[in-house]
Amino acid sequence: MGVYLRVAGYAFRRYSTYRVATASAVVTNTVFGFLRAYILIALWQARPQLGGYDVADAVAFSFLTQALIGPVNVFAGSLELTGRIRTGDVAVDLHRPVDLQGWWLADDLGRAVFALVFRGVPTLAAGMVAFGIPLPGPATLAAFLGSAALAVLVGFALRYLVSLCCFWLGDERGLHTVSTVSTMFFSGMILPLVVFPGPLGEVARALPWAALIQVPADVFLGRHTGTGLLGVYAFQAAWAVALLGAGRALTRAARHRLMIHGG
Amino acid sequence: MIEMRDVSRTFVIRSRDGRRLRRSRTVVRAVDGISFTIGAGEFVGYLGPNGAGKSTTIKMLTGILAASAGSVRVAGLDPARQRTALARRIGVVFGQRTTLWWDLPLRDSLTLIRHLYRVDAAAHRARLAELTEVLDLGPFLGTPVRQLSLGQRMRGDLAAALLHDPPLLVLDEPTIGLDVISKATVRGFLERRNAEQGTTVVLTTHDLGDIERLCRRVMVIDHGRLAYDGGLDRLRATAGAQRVLVVDLARPGEPVDLPGVSVMRVEGPRQWLAIPQGSSAAAVIAELTGRYEVRDIALREPDIEDVITRLYRAGRGSREAVQ
Repeated sequence: MGVYLRVAGYAFRRYSTYRVATASAVVTNTVFGFLRAYILIALWQARPQLGGYDVADAVAFSFLTQALIGPVNVFAGSLELTGRIRTGDVAVDLHRPVDLQGWWLADDLGRAVFALVFRGVPTLAAGMVAFGIPLPGPATLAAFLGSAALAVLVGFALRYLVSLCCFWLGDERGLHTVSTVSTMFFSGMILPLVVFPGPLGEVARALPWAALIQVPADVFLGRHTGTGLLGVYAFQAAWAVALLGAGRALTRAARHRLMIHGG
Repeated sequence: MIEMRDVSRTFVIRSRDGRRLRRSRTVVRAVDGISFTIGAGEFVGYLGPNGAGKSTTIKMLTGILAASAGSVRVAGLDPARQRTALARRIGVVFGQRTTLWWDLPLRDSLTLIRHLYRVDAAAHRARLAELTEVLDLGPFLGTPVRQLSLGQRMRGDLAAALLHDPPLLVLDEPTIGLDVISKATVRGFLERRNAEQGTTVVLTTHDLGDIERLCRRVMVIDHGRLAYDGGLDRLRATAGAQRVLVVDLARPGEPVDLPGVSVMRVEGPRQWLAIPQGSSAAAVIAELTGRYEVRDIALREPDIEDVITRLYRAGRGSREAVQ
């Protein structure tokens, strides 16, 4: 356990050294928060109560999702591990006396905590100042943090799978693009999943990407409480377990038939 | 320390065949039935041209790759199945890659490695102090790894591989890209480590200097098969590799006539003379300068690729050296 905590700690520190990158990420996330908020305001003025949201919910949703981009790493597509597989540096990782998936999970958690505190919080704070998004009570906030943690876990599990596919594909760019686009569309980054009509909506809300953005945002908005909250936790946890399990199986398979690039 | 018996490793390569959409499937035998034993305290050079199967063997030794067939035992363990336990008993350096963390100072990388290998703090302090001294890490312990020169990084990597005090050190091209002084530092360090601590060392390289300076035993792999296993001198003799004297005569002329020396090539005033096995280059040069007017002389040691090329061309005859 100790070594994984260290890895997470070092990942946190590593990201904290890139201050300008962090600051510019906050600015970008916030600017797009404004853009998306105005688009959604227009949409909800035309169609009040669409998907059960009111205008205030829609504005909060815009900034929440912008704040979650960093921690959940929506646009990343995969992990740094991908590059290491492509160049063959993964041989070094595979030799270490630790679990490959555990190692990268620890690294990603360190990154996520940093991103939540130094990218997520400022972005959401900007939305609160500009649009008066209310801060929920401590119970809801705690529930939201739990859901966000599960979202990070599911996000990692998905990106780990994409990275590992590089062992077989040789080049990850195609899959990377598919992964990024699916994540954006099905997580609720483009439009809240609550507005997706009929069967498309039902499917989208059942896919793992919903666990990344839509679910934690709804928890923040207080739409899941009591047993409903346990239900969405179970939904996120089930995807996390399934995808992490798939990652483990794929890691084992890779060990037995992989070819490491570059001799 | 290491025992490999009839070890093979195959890879399946799929490639698109011309314009046809069907893909062809080729099975490549990267390692094709290798057997050898390495005892504790040995210093073994593992040679072979690019693509011969060196790195694949190394990866099977360390448990990164599983063998397709045959049995591998390293330090009493099955590398592929007991990879984690094995990793604690061996140190590995990949010359073209680094175990250190790009963004962290060297000292922090080494601390992380201490936790990785569960070395207790006191032992870590003592070993780090020792390695810092012999590898002269002091001046750059606080420098982020990305700012280190290749030679410094390699020394850092060597320290990282030895912090858990492994009885076996596996090095994949540890001197690649290093300047002469850095090479000498690395070689001297490995030599001492082997002699003083009895660390078993297996080293792949293309640098004959590494082999000559360090290895008492040499194994040559080609096309996935062991072509030679024995001492370095016998390797040269087996391969029939010769040192070559490149001579610039004052004038172009007939090939020189010296007892026992054959002329390999003539290009105007320049001639390439093969020095026979066991002859002294000094004697040949003395003879040559006595009889001819010589402008310049260069002596070329047979390089490893040449030795291996000859060895491989010599065919299966050398196989008996293995048996």
